Amino acid sequence: MSIDNVSELELSPPADTGLPDQRGHFGRFGGRFVSETLMAPLDELTRAYAAAVADPAFWEEMERDRRDYVGRPSPIYHAQRLSEEIGGAQILLKREDLNHTGAHKVNNTIGQALLAKRMGKTRIIAETGAGQHGVASATVAARLGLECVVYMGEVDVARQEANVYRMRLLGARVEAVSSGSKTLKDALNEAMRDWVTNVDNTFYIIGTVAGPHPYPAMVRDFQAVIGRESREQMLAMTGRLPDVLMACVGGGSNAIGLFHPFLDDADVRIIGVEAAGNGLDTGQHAAPLCAGRPGVLHGNRTYLMEDRDGQIIETHSVSAGLDYPGVGPEHAWLKDTGRAEYVAVTDSEALAAFHRLTRTEGIIPALETSHAIAQAIKLAPTMSPEQSILINLSGRGDKDMHTVAAQEGLKL
Amino acid sequence: MSRIGGVFAALREQGRKALVPFVTAGDPHPDVTLPLMHAMVEAGADLIELGVPFSDPMADGPVIQRASERALAHHVSLHDVIDLVRRFRETDSTTPVVLMGYLNPIEAMGYEAFADAASAAGVDGVLTVDIPPEEGGDFVPAMKRHGIDPIFLLAPTSHRARIERITATASGFVYYVSLKGVTGAANLSLDSVRDKLAEIRACTDLPVGVGFGIKDAETAGAMARIADAVVVGSALVSRIEANAAQPDVAINEIRELLGTMRRAMDAA
Repeated sequence: MSIDNVSELELSPPADTGLPDQRGHFGRFGGRFVSETLMAPLDELTRAYAAAVADPAFWEEMERDRRDYVGRPSPIYHAQRLSEEIGGAQILLKREDLNHTGAHKVNNTIGQALLAKRMGKTRIIAETGAGQHGVASATVAARLGLECVVYMGEVDVARQEANVYRMRLLGARVEAVSSGSKTLKDALNEAMRDWVTNVDNTFYIIGTVAGPHPYPAMVRDFQAVIGRESREQMLAMTGRLPDVLMACVGGGSNAIGLFHPFLDDADVRIIGVEAAGNGLDTGQHAAPLCAGRPGVLHGNRTYLMEDRDGQIIETHSVSAGLDYPGVGPEHAWLKDTGRAEYVAVTDSEALAAFHRLTRTEGIIPALETSHAIAQAIKLAPTMSPEQSILINLSGRGDKDMHTVAAQEGLKL
Repeated sequence: MSRIGGVFAALREQGRKALVPFVTAGDPHPDVTLPLMHAMVEAGADLIELGVPFSDPMADGPVIQRASERALAHHVSLHDVIDLVRRFRETDSTTPVVLMGYLNPIEAMGYEAFADAASAAGVDGVLTVDIPPEEGGDFVPAMKRHGIDPIFLLAPTSHRARIERITATASGFVYYVSLKGVTGAANLSLDSVRDKLAEIRACTDLPVGVGFGIKDAETAGAMARIADAVVVGSALVSRIEANAAQPDVAINEIRELLGTMRRAMDAA
C-alpha cells in the first residue's frame, strides 16, 4: 500500500453498515449502560471523537504515528511451510505481532491518546488482561508525557510478570485488583471506578471494542486499519480477497479490526475464535458467543457468561487476553445476523497450534492468537490449495514464555 | 398515591426529612436481613433501600462490593431479595422498600416478570444504577405498569437538559449522587450539593434524596437541612462487615448509628 492513498482510506468509514446508531446500538446490542455520573463525560468524548474524525490534521498525525512509531503497514506473510504441512488452503498471516509493543493493541492506544491530548486530559487510565493493552497504553503515555495508571487483576499480574515490569519501566503505576475473580473484568470495574472519581482530568483508554458508546465504535475505527491494509495487500499480492478471515475473540478488537472492512464482501467467510478453555461442556471457558446469552455488563448489552440469576461467572482460558466474560457488541450483532461465525478452541488445541507455528515458521504467536491458528489448522484441510485463509496474527508470544513453560512443567 | 409518595407527603407536612438506610440483602447472611430491616425502621428509617447483590458492582466502592460478595457466597438471587420483601411486608405495610442494584439480574429475570413479582411482594421502587433513561425505553413503562416507581440518579456532571429529562422520567423521588466517585467516598462538599439541589428543584417537584459520603450524625444533619431525604449506605454496611460473625452486634450498632442520625436530622 502506498502512503499517498492512506489519508483517503482513513477518512472513509470502515464498511457501510451504518452502525452503530446515534446512541451506540448495533441492533439490540451495545448502547450506554452506565451510572449517571459518566453520561455527560461520555457525551463529551463522543463529541470530541466526532470532531477529531472530521479533522484531517488528526488523521495526518495518526498516520505519521502509525508509520514512524508503530511501523505500519504491517506485512502479510504467506506461511508456506505450515500450509504445505497441513494441506488444503494457503495460510496467510497479517503480522500485527510486528507492531511496536508486539500486538495490535497499539493501533488503538495511539488513537485514544491523541484524542486525550486534544481534550486536554493529563492522566491516562487503562485496564489490562494479558498486559498487552496495558503496555500499549503505558507506551503512548510515556511518549506524550501523561500520567498513567493501569488496572490489572491479581491473577493476571502473577501470570504476566514480564508485562507488569514493562509497564513499570515505562513509568506507569500498575494497580493489582483483588476483587471478584481478580482478572480482566475486575480490572475493568476498577478502572471505571477510577474514571468516575477522576473524570475531570482523566481519559480512560478502553482496550477493546466493548464498554459504553462510543468506545466500541471508536476502538473499531482505530483497529480497522488492519482490515483496510489487508484488503489492499491481498489484492496486490494475490489479485483477490481471501476466502476466509480468522481471528481470535476475547473482547474482540483485533477481530473487528480485520473483519470490518470486509463485511460488504459477501464471498469472504468470517470466523471468530473464542476460548473454549477446558472445553465448552465443562463450563470452564471464555466463550460467551458460543455458550453465553445476552445481558448487560460494562456499559453495553452483549453476549455474556452468566448464571441463571444474571451474575457474571468466572471464566477460564490459558490466555489472559481472552479470559473475559463478555464480548464487543458488534460481534454479538454479527453473530445474530449470521454475517460472522463464531467457534471455540480449547486450551490444549491452542497450545498445540502455538508450538506448530513456532516450529514450522519461526514465528512465536501469542496464546490468544494461537486460538485462531488452531481453528485455521482444522479448517484448511477441508479447502482447496487455491483458496486462502487470512489469520490476524494479533500478537507475539514473548509475554507467554512463563505460561507455556509451566504447561510443560518447567519454571523459567 | 404510592407508598413512597405518601411517606414524603407526610414528612413534608411534619417538616421532617426522610432517613433512608441502604443495606445489601443477604449480607452477611440471608437470615440477618429481615430482622435488620425491622430494626432500621424502629431506629427511625422512613424508607429502606435494599441492595440486590451483583457480581460486578461497577459504581460501588470496596465496602459495598464486599457486601455483595458476602451475599453472593450464600447465592442470594433477585428472587430471594423479592421474597425478603414479601416477608417484610407481613408485619410492615407502611415503610417503602426500594430495590437498588444493577440491570443484569433484572434482564436475566425479564422486565415484566420482575415487575410483576416485585410488585406482588410489596416492592415500591427500583433504582438501577446502570440504566439511564436513554436505555429505559422498555424498562420504565414495565415498572410503571406495575406501580413500581423507577428511581433515577442525578450526578454533579448532570447538566440542565439531562436533569429535565431524568426528572420527567422518574417517579417517587430522585437520588442525587453528592460527589464524583463511588459509594463510600469521603470528599463531600455541602456547598456544591446545595447549588446543585437548587438547580434540580427548579426542574421538578419530586423529592430529592442525597447519598454518597454521608457517614455520621453530623453529615446527616447537615444534609437534612438541604435535601428531602438522606441516604446512608457504606457507613452501615461497614458495621456489618466489622461484625459479620456477630450479626446481633451489627444490628445494634446500626440501630444506634441510625438513631443518632435521626435525632440530628430532626434537630436540623
